[in-house]
Amino acid sequence: MTHNKLNLPGEKIDRARELAKNICAPVLDFIDVHTTVTVERATLRLLGVDGVSSVGVPVPNLIVDALSDKLGEGAAIWYSNALLQTGLDQSELDKRIARGFNIASLPMGDRARAQEYATRLAQRQFARIDANRAYREARLEEYRGNSHSPLLYLIVATGNIYEDVKQAQAAALAGADVIAVIRTTAQSLLDYVPFGSTTEGFGGTYATQENFRIMRRALDEVMEREKRYIYQTNYASGLCMPEIAAMGALERLDMMLNDSMYGILFRDINMYRTFVDQRFSRMINAYSGIIINTGEDNYLTTSDGFEKAYTVLASQFLNERFAYAAGLRPWQMGLGHAFEMDPSIENGVLYELAQAQMAREIFPEHPLKYMPPTKHMSGDIFRGLVMDSMFNFVSKATGQDIHLLGMLTEAIHTPFMMDRHIAVESALYVMNGVASIADEIEFKSDGLIVRRAHDVLDRTVNFMEEIGRIGLMESIERAMFADISRSRTGGKGFEGLVEKGENYFNPVESTLTRSLGLA
Amino acid sequence: MAKIIKPYGDAMDDGKVQLSFTLPVPAGSRSMEAARRIALAWGFHEAEVVHMAPMSDEFTFFVVYAATSRGIDWDTVEGDRDDGEKPMSMDEINAFIRARIGRKIVVIGACTGFDAHTVGIDAIMNMKGYNHHYGLERYEMIDAHNLGAQIPNEKLIEYAETHRADAILVSQVVTQKDSHIHNLTEFMELLEAKGERGRFICIAGGPRISNKLAAKIGFDAGFGHGTYAEDVATFIVKKMAQERRT
Repeated sequence: MTHNKLNLPGEKIDRARELAKNICAPVLDFIDVHTTVTVERATLRLLGVDGVSSVGVPVPNLIVDALSDKLGEGAAIWYSNALLQTGLDQSELDKRIARGFNIASLPMGDRARAQEYATRLAQRQFARIDANRAYREARLEEYRGNSHSPLLYLIVATGNIYEDVKQAQAAALAGADVIAVIRTTAQSLLDYVPFGSTTEGFGGTYATQENFRIMRRALDEVMEREKRYIYQTNYASGLCMPEIAAMGALERLDMMLNDSMYGILFRDINMYRTFVDQRFSRMINAYSGIIINTGEDNYLTTSDGFEKAYTVLASQFLNERFAYAAGLRPWQMGLGHAFEMDPSIENGVLYELAQAQMAREIFPEHPLKYMPPTKHMSGDIFRGLVMDSMFNFVSKATGQDIHLLGMLTEAIHTPFMMDRHIAVESALYVMNGVASIADEIEFKSDGLIVRRAHDVLDRTVNFMEEIGRIGLMESIERAMFADISRSRTGGKGFEGLVEKGENYFNPVESTLTRSLGLA
Repeated sequence: MAKIIKPYGDAMDDGKVQLSFTLPVPAGSRSMEAARRIALAWGFHEAEVVHMAPMSDEFTFFVVYAATSRGIDWDTVEGDRDDGEKPMSMDEINAFIRARIGRKIVVIGACTGFDAHTVGIDAIMNMKGYNHHYGLERYEMIDAHNLGAQIPNEKLIEYAETHRADAILVSQVVTQKDSHIHNLTEFMELLEAKGERGRFICIAGGPRISNKLAAKIGFDAGFGHGTYAEDVATFIVKKMAQERRT
């Protein structure tokens, strides 16, 4: 496909990337010298720590809470020290911790030995992740060419994992390539990950490791039958970003919603905490071969889709920069954007086309994630279906990669099974009918579409110049993103931020840093 | 004479309706007949299955056209609000506040509980508004504070107290397992426990909120789908003037 239909000036794109680098640099310096409670819990999970107390507190939380002021040394060494001091095996120790045993009460023995032991534990889990990645790659190779292009992405959200499984299998059989199990609406604000299979959720289902496993099994069944790889997706966002990433790596999830700033802006999670958490979660995703999906669509549901298009592109550049800094490769960066303009705007669909094509040309190797109309969906399901069809057309015409199917019942209820069926059928119709359109169309060099794309890029660069002058955190404080202001020390989870001590040790982080080439 | 109304397809009183639904059975001639029979069981006197599609081995989708002979008496129907009463425009509302209340009014809004959807409260409050209807932040005579989503009821009330709110807007979008009703009820109970119910005009909003539902829980009004900032503002300022809250 031609990646140069809009004649976008390369020097402006380069300038935006250079600005992104400068804007992110001080934030990355801050990240380097900090850890958080969930980074440490994710580390423990990647040493194989598992289980839960009788009142539902996960063992990683029990350990991290008990360490309190020792956390600057990293949780890993205290855990391996406890194994060495007690002579217990991992599952016995985890059970004792679940019953109230405090590992911080043990004296620290030989640090070098404890470090070596912890490193070995990490290697065991990394071997499992390696096997997951190899399995995924083998299946993708075996079923190559059987997925849709773009990948059709559907969400299930019943609250009950066993009900989710039925709907997910039906959706995958109908043609979905990607299944996301949306999380219960409160989960992003929980500072722990619930345990076991769950059947109660509001507007979604708890992300737990057991639920991941149940859904994986169900999707693999459909994969075998359809000879088409089914991507499993969840949300490495909220207060437990890195832990969800760790669980996803262990259970072979394929995609994770994983944005560098979403939690700050849209969930009021502390910005320092989020920046540190997103980095570690992205390193885990990078290692496990997961494709991240960023959340730029949220800018447009909050602000105006036409006027604020430049904030989407600016955020994409920043997400890209933070992703590179975490070792993600372009093929793993599912940068987000959305079809959210007011449908009464004259030529609105052409502007959407311009922006989608612009994203395609600026990020040619990235699997762009395109989100359907939601804000302007009303109860009029018939008009909604037409809007979704225009969205399907624009997506195919501009070569998007991950296509979240719009629901004609958006704004009414969480989708019924038949809503998804209608969505798949209409997308397949449109995309089949215009299968080669991206190769067929070019744009008038001084036309409305080309001018719109140039205009958005210009505004983006200007916006980023301004952020560069005042700094990213200050810009967030000044409500420059999504019209939402967040203070540096405000928001949830700030108390979970910890400065790394002189003898900070984290075998998971060092393995990731080394194998991702980040040293 | 009662005026009986029935659905209109292409002739008066033909009673024609379109239906679509899913049955948990495999597709086939038997399930097609089941779809027709189920429509008849609902009381339709004729039913035609015009489309059937398998969605999985166990679920099938149907589109059915059916006709009903049942109607209702139009004269006995009451709406959720008075259709004759039109909302004032933004300018009229500002002028009304100046003339009848004589000061800026304070309106606080939030989406409460664990509900993370700001779309409803934003549509009513944000400067930009929704569908070419400006939000309350745009109103010169309204001091509007949009607290966003996932705000605990306690916090919302506290904020309303310290900012001397005249009206509180509580938005609820998620309705799964009746979470909206629980949240709205909790809000009202908290306010009553503090003895402050009379202090604020309380309004509930959201796509599935009706005026009747809101009134039942103890709110002064409820605004659902298809209502805008001016509907909410008109209600608030008229009630304030009526109750002489100046």
